[in-house]
Amino acid sequence: MDFTKIIIIIISMVLVNNYPLAQFLGICPFLGVSKDLESSKGMGIAVTFVMVLATAATWPIQQLMNRFGIGYLQTVVFILVIAALVQLVEMFMKKSMPSLYSSLGIFLPLITTNCAVLGVCISNIDDGLNYFESLIQAFGAGIGFLFAMVIMAGVRSKLEDQSRIPESFRGVPIVLVTAAILSLSFMGFNGMFS
Amino acid sequence: MSLIFIAIVLVVVVGFIASLILSYASRVFAVQEDETFLALRAELPGANCGGCGFAGCDDYGHALVNDPDNVPCTKCSVGGPSVAEKLAAILGKDAGAMEKTAARVLCQGNSENCKPLYNYTDMTSCKAAKSLFGGSKACPHACLGLGDCVKACEYNAIHVVNGVARVFEDNCVSCSACVKACPQHVIEIKPVKSLVTVLCSNTQKGGDVMKECKTGCIGCMKCQKVCPKDAITVENFLSKIDVEKCVSCGLCAKECPTGAILNTRVIKKPAAKPTEEPAA
Repeated sequence: MDFTKIIIIIISMVLVNNYPLAQFLGICPFLGVSKDLESSKGMGIAVTFVMVLATAATWPIQQLMNRFGIGYLQTVVFILVIAALVQLVEMFMKKSMPSLYSSLGIFLPLITTNCAVLGVCISNIDDGLNYFESLIQAFGAGIGFLFAMVIMAGVRSKLEDQSRIPESFRGVPIVLVTAAILSLSFMGFNGMFS
Repeated sequence: MSLIFIAIVLVVVVGFIASLILSYASRVFAVQEDETFLALRAELPGANCGGCGFAGCDDYGHALVNDPDNVPCTKCSVGGPSVAEKLAAILGKDAGAMEKTAARVLCQGNSENCKPLYNYTDMTSCKAAKSLFGGSKACPHACLGLGDCVKACEYNAIHVVNGVARVFEDNCVSCSACVKACPQHVIEIKPVKSLVTVLCSNTQKGGDVMKECKTGCIGCMKCQKVCPKDAITVENFLSKIDVEKCVSCGLCAKECPTGAILNTRVIKKPAAKPTEEPAA
């Protein structure tokens, strides 16, 4: 395993191909849960956790499906597997890690429908990565998501006093404008790796 | 045709396996919920407002189950006394007297009493007004009357009347949302039964207060001297009534030269006129 390759995968997922800001996946929690720093941190960590776990489960399943020549059904199967997995993790955490459950609990069911999780599972397969590289890529994607969430929450806390914003921009519009400008700045990383 | 068949079979099989695993896991990882907790939780309103000081209704319910001797049943301000009684009945103990509390705006600086500092015509937000020379009223501790508290209130219990916010205690559940929203910090949670209140928050010297407002507390100490229960203390030229000691005798309100102390018992009797029902 090449150490530089790991670094490249992580930097590429966090900065260059950042999921919400450069690939536009997982936008719903990115806009919905980024109101305050605490919950955006919780959401980011939970997403990272589920991404790694989902990759760990879906990569072998894909290999199995390829063997039987039904690899094209990955989307349907992955959705089912991820949903079941999240439920399982939720039950497991409720029983054995109640404190972690109460801090992540609300976010876990939300993640089931997070397209970034499905996105990372499928892109791992599409990029032809091996098992270990897939896990690294999923972890990097999660960290990138966390990173974007925290930046967004930081910017939004500055926008809390809406009285300084023109009336027609208050609420959702200014959030979208903020996300667009953030996305612009992340576009600057494009072409870092060729 | 066989393509569809394969897809259907695969999804059914995967779904079946997943459901088997999940149903098995739900038995293995089942968390035994206390029956008492479930009963308590059913009585709690489920607003998850945090008014009780716990992180939501679930947390309060658990605290009640785990430590019934030290956690009082009367913490839920949304449910009020009726919920407290039910909780106490489930836990098999005495509810104790739950005092109904309500928010109270400690300012009488309406447009007649308090002089304006300038003519404020910008957006209707107390926070915005406060950023301009500390507000549009001469008194720096006045209720600005632009309705930040009204927006914060979910129970339609606070309204701006003649430039000063007023609480309709019947609707108020003392959730403290208005207390947090007020940039002037003139709203406090007080027991409803305490009828006599110093409705002023100005800590300036008497002379300054006189110039700014007709009904400000000037710190003359007359109320402190007249109080038979030693319930009144004057600090920073502002009188404060200790609600624990106060018996609402109303002597201080009679003595107060500026009318900063209000005895609602006097007003309440003729106040049979219906408070205007604001459009929801």
